[in-house]
Amino acid sequence: MILLTVGTQLPFDRLVRLMDEIAPSLADPVIAQIGRGSYLPRNMTWHRVIEPVEFERYVADARFIVSHAGIGSLLTAERHSKPIILFPRTCYLGEHRNEHQMATVTMISGRPGLAVANDEAQLRQAVLNPPASQTPQPSITSREQICNAISAFLRGPVAA
Amino acid sequence: MAVASGGGHWDELMLLHPAYAGCDVTYVTTFKGMADRDGIDAALLLPDANRDNPGDAWRCLVASVKLIRRHRPEVLITTGALPGLFCLIVARLLGARTIWIDSIANYEVPSLSGRIALPFASLWLTQWPHLANGRKRKYCGALL
Repeated sequence: MILLTVGTQLPFDRLVRLMDEIAPSLADPVIAQIGRGSYLPRNMTWHRVIEPVEFERYVADARFIVSHAGIGSLLTAERHSKPIILFPRTCYLGEHRNEHQMATVTMISGRPGLAVANDEAQLRQAVLNPPASQTPQPSITSREQICNAISAFLRGPVAA
Repeated sequence: MAVASGGGHWDELMLLHPAYAGCDVTYVTTFKGMADRDGIDAALLLPDANRDNPGDAWRCLVASVKLIRRHRPEVLITTGALPGLFCLIVARLLGARTIWIDSIANYEVPSLSGRIALPFASLWLTQWPHLANGRKRKYCGALL
């Protein structure tokens, strides 16, 4: 199974429609979380919002994930060591409030277990040849560092 | 008190757990299902809001003021977005120490909410070294 998610807050019909067009050529069924989109898939099982507990089960069962370039999706793929294909929303097409998803894919491209697609050809290519099932490596040291900084602040003087 | 909207903001907040191990933490979010997923049964809820919808934003602000006044946190930490900003400002005005963690998604410029939070934050962290400014905007590591 392949899991498609565009998050739950904003529509992303462009990606949902592209995946719906690609779905019949895939061996695996596709399950989609389409949020507030108005395009309703014909070739994929779809839900507007999948409850998070259930969503985790879908992620666990998925061979790989296709997603908007949201940090939540990225961290979810990482938790489950699943390959993920990111398709960023763009502001100029009205898909988000600013271009931060373009920035997200710039900053993380090249990490293992991850591919980026910006148009139909790239998406088709990525879905037919998904990245290897290798977990994106979180920078544990960097994570400890920010937690330590917050701990130190919490232990600090009470007067701000 | 730890506040984050549902979605990626909440996922980032969850990765900060080790930072406040041993503290008595009240969680606040906009999407109960995400707290349930992470086994946090007692999370408080705020209506979701973003700057595209002034009506939702106003309702969220009013709910945030009520929530913070009722719970009076000593420390408030948030990873955003707009509901977190509201809580942070109200908590600061009521004397709490406040921590803003700008989402790792903000790579080119700090988020708008983050920039507004700056004067109200006791500690303000970006997750990108190039966005630190040597003054209040600090970089001390990242979650990704």
